[in-house]
Amino acid sequence: MRLSMDLELQDIPGQLMLSLEPFKTYKGNIISVVHHRDRKTPMGKIPVRLVFEIDKPNIDKVKNQLEKDGIVVARVGEDRFVEEMSVLLVGHVVHTDLGDTINRIDSTGFAEVEDLCLKMPGIEDPSSAYMRIRATGKEEIEKSLSILREVGLQKNLLVIEPIEAEKI
Amino acid sequence: MKEVKISLVGFGIVGHGFLEVVRRKREMLKAMGLDLNVVSITDITGTVYDQSGIDFEKIQGARTLEGLANMEATGQAAIEEIESDLVVEVTPTNIDHGQPGLGHIEAALSQRMHVVTSNKGPLVVAYKALKDLAKENEVQLKYEATVGGTMPLISLVEKNLVGNKIHSIRGIFNGTCNYILTRMMEEKYPYGYALNEAQELGIAEADPTYDVDGIDTAGKVVILANSIFDMDVKYSDVDVTGITGITTDALNLSWDRGYLVKLIGDVPALTVKPMLVPRRSPLAVGGTLNAASIETDLSGTITVTGLGAGSIETASAILSDIVGIYTNTRL
Repeated sequence: MRLSMDLELQDIPGQLMLSLEPFKTYKGNIISVVHHRDRKTPMGKIPVRLVFEIDKPNIDKVKNQLEKDGIVVARVGEDRFVEEMSVLLVGHVVHTDLGDTINRIDSTGFAEVEDLCLKMPGIEDPSSAYMRIRATGKEEIEKSLSILREVGLQKNLLVIEPIEAEKI
Repeated sequence: MKEVKISLVGFGIVGHGFLEVVRRKREMLKAMGLDLNVVSITDITGTVYDQSGIDFEKIQGARTLEGLANMEATGQAAIEEIESDLVVEVTPTNIDHGQPGLGHIEAALSQRMHVVTSNKGPLVVAYKALKDLAKENEVQLKYEATVGGTMPLISLVEKNLVGNKIHSIRGIFNGTCNYILTRMMEEKYPYGYALNEAQELGIAEADPTYDVDGIDTAGKVVILANSIFDMDVKYSDVDVTGITGITTDALNLSWDRGYLVKLIGDVPALTVKPMLVPRRSPLAVGGTLNAASIETDLSGTITVTGLGAGSIETASAILSDIVGIYTNTRL
């Protein structure tokens, strides 16, 4: 399973390596390490966010080892939604059943709509909706986009997709 | 010194710009060993012809050649009658049938004359046939000005990025749409108001359909697909959505979340549609600017930006193509 963990490290050499050691021992697969050197805690420690995959029984073993090594584990939790994308919908977004549009994404089980923001200038005029969609992976983001394209065609909504960052 | 006899076909905004650029740069080009000599200018009213080179002062200020022409022949007939090395084809574009430019380019290539054009229509309709005709007659067909105006794109890929595999080209290829979207975003103008402003400034045509419905961008997508990606596609293969449905609210919502909305042409996806572009992206250019990101295997992603239209700017791309022909074939 995929999880994320927030650690607080002392600002001395070797701490990051030390914090990764239990993952090696308990066969965790590190996906990303973000080192927030610019955001020290009030205690002068450096926050680090790890995203990793590991077998469920080993989670507590990693956590215990880290704490034994003097590393603060501020948070650990399942990180289902690791990808996100922004989308705009323009048209009669509300009168074509916005609840249904959202439900088409939410009901997939692999993606959810978050951060919905709506502007409705008047009954006759087209509305505009911004939504952020989070999903369990890149493929699921693409599937969510396909669902929205289909919804756009059915409900005559303009779906404005994000350009892929890696291609620009 | 290599003398190049040029026939200019089309005496509109771009044609005037081309003559102005030749006038301004003639001495500089001579110093490079290239003497560009415009021997004929043709529009629908007739042709001005002088084998020793047209005196630009005689046509200065004229909007058409009516009353100035010394030959009745126009279009294809004029091209076939006049002996020149290169034809600059800048007549109005039509991407349904490509005419009259298509006939002009076919005539010129068949007469073994190089062709440089800013006219998208013939290339959208018959790119492969025209390239084959050029090859058969051992002459060159150059068209940098058809995509992105002065922004170097085709030559960049063909020369500087040679050896790279091009994965995709995505960008803003229509300055009119970009201007309208920029003004809607910055001034919170509704679409109609921003369009009117663009029309008053001469940025949009009286009938803006060609630009705002994405047709112009789709034509450029077809040219890039056929020329750079060696595809064999036509206008109807492109999935096109224009900018007329975009609201000011949509632009403001996207801005608040760190995005701009831009009309993006994508090759080889063959799509033209409004897309969310991160505000910090190199494609986030405003006003009438064009921009294109070229994704390659060796050089990573390269983004170019520049003015997409304008008479002198387009003429600059034409001049660059002409010099390219004679530089590559050796003076």
